[in-house]
Amino acid sequence: MTTDDPFKRGNRDFGFETRMIHAGTQPEPVTGARQTPIFQNTSYVFHDADHAASLFNLQTFGFIYSRLTNPTVAALEERLANLEGGRGGTCCASGHAAQILAFFALMEPGDRFIASTRLYGGSITQLGKTFKKFDWQADFVDVDDPAAVRRALTPKTKAIFVESLANPGGVVSDLEALAAVAREAEIPLIVDNTMATPYLCRPFDWGADIVVHSTTKFLSGNGTSVGGAVIDSGRFDWAAGGKFPGLGAPEPAYHGLNFQETFGDMAFTMQAHAVGLRDLGATMAPMNAFLTLLGTETLSLRMERHCANAKQVAEFLEGHPQVAWVSCAALASSPYHALAQKYLPLGAGSVFTLGLKGGYAAGVKMVEACELLSHLANIGDVRSLILHPASTTHRQLNEAQLAAAGAGPEVVRLSIGLETVDDIIADLDQALAAAASAT
Amino acid sequence: MTSSLTYSNAELLAILRDTRSVAMVGASPKWNRPSSFAMKYLQEKGYRVIPINPGHAGKEILGETVYASLADIPDSFDMVDIFRNSEAAGPIVDEAIAVAKEKGIKVIWMQLGVINQAAAERAEAAGLTVVMDRCPKIEFGRLHSELSWGGFNSGIISAKRRRVRL
Ligand SMILES: Cc1ncc(COP(=O)(O)O)c(C=O)c1O
Repeated sequence: MTTDDPFKRGNRDFGFETRMIHAGTQPEPVTGARQTPIFQNTSYVFHDADHAASLFNLQTFGFIYSRLTNPTVAALEERLANLEGGRGGTCCASGHAAQILAFFALMEPGDRFIASTRLYGGSITQLGKTFKKFDWQADFVDVDDPAAVRRALTPKTKAIFVESLANPGGVVSDLEALAAVAREAEIPLIVDNTMATPYLCRPFDWGADIVVHSTTKFLSGNGTSVGGAVIDSGRFDWAAGGKFPGLGAPEPAYHGLNFQETFGDMAFTMQAHAVGLRDLGATMAPMNAFLTLLGTETLSLRMERHCANAKQVAEFLEGHPQVAWVSCAALASSPYHALAQKYLPLGAGSVFTLGLKGGYAAGVKMVEACELLSHLANIGDVRSLILHPASTTHRQLNEAQLAAAGAGPEVVRLSIGLETVDDIIADLDQALAAAASAT
Repeated sequence: MTSSLTYSNAELLAILRDTRSVAMVGASPKWNRPSSFAMKYLQEKGYRVIPINPGHAGKEILGETVYASLADIPDSFDMVDIFRNSEAAGPIVDEAIAVAKEKGIKVIWMQLGVINQAAAERAEAAGLTVVMDRCPKIEFGRLHSELSWGGFNSGIISAKRRRVRL
């Protein structure tokens, strides 16, 4: 057995802030350019026919065509893999593309997976409805109860999928307990770490095998770029149990290559590019990779302020007479507070929900009355955002699903930004007053 | 003294810089075996790779004659790269020690997952440098930023401008 940390390789263990600025982006060697160039380029010249053959056979490293790999996108992939403490990363067109790419590597038609009932509403629809068209079946389970997760396992179950910190907020998954269930079942735990970012939570430290991101949110940070990423820990042996033929058996879509045997701990990330991106085609644009790299350079600073502002806003709302409840894991009153202290010791994120005493009508009125908070369907922007999920992002869900997802008719979701916190609170205060006069 | 399993970037770079020829024990004639991937890559990087495989002695792999043993190689070479399991690595290391002077062997490299502490100690006592549980292709790629092109975490943090031969 290896005794060292394979990612340190006997070298200095740099801090998070150093890595968020430097990982994946050494100076460009030909020109010396210090900032990462935007390789706005589709295709790469081969030295000769033999070089082309080696590249297509995956015998050498290098670029062929930007649907598969691109230097600017690769820089972001390495940076995110490094920040998560993973082996490799695969960036793609959106967070939803990342989820398809992750499952595509693992699933065969007729396979099942377990997913948390508390996920971003769009994910519940994607996993529950659209994945059915590939004959991939989601079993939604309340993951607060690891025993219920264990009971839901079947011989066809190929993964457990949760959000570390769940959207629309306030819910923290017990990653260590869920990883133990996954390990017993010899299947990977996949964690959507979008809401926490690797600054607040590193799921691999708790036994997760794969992390997915919507880089659209805090990682890019300014609301400029839709994107996604799949990060592999490199720790799962895809050949061992015979459950993952796309990774651990000869792959007919790659002339019989066995990715696990040939690439070892690099198998997943090789497959995600060479088969996943090649054939699903949901590639990240180099410009978006560049903008997201810029975002990650300030990640720790932004997350600290996001968390501090959000906690202050949550405390204000918790004491407000129009507010029935606030679901924010940063609050001592939260049932998830203890889990937040374990998994998110630096802060419980900046996205959370509140329930209005005035119900659906008050929710609609409150979002419309905001002057500083933007009424839109996104999270993780430097700007503070507000949304009424039941009338927008979660409107595809039925009432039971709305309740399970923490997005009932009275629920308003906030994504607290980096403005002066007193200004955020003043705007919410006047919007609540307007909502009260409307009901 | 047990042989260390941690190697600094500088140590590995020096080995990969000073090595020109590699005897690859366990080289396979099948194109989609890991040894074939490593051999082809190292050839492209300018190394001469001499395949050792008793079952295929006298045939050719990737343009190089296959030999049955290290002693059979007529030329001198710098490194022995072992693509066999940890137990099988023991006798191969002893064979390498026996012919080290005659062939000019300086480095014993055992592939990913191949660790044989006792053999490593014998080789180090004989003045050889030992690397275990690594792949020279992956380390070359990692240290020259090529692994990063595939989205892999190289672990390298540096603001130095790398020299490229143009
Ligand atoms: C937690 C979470 N996961 C995934 C997604 C989907 O990401 P994208 O919109 O980039 O496809 C979102 C988007 O809202 C999200 O909040």
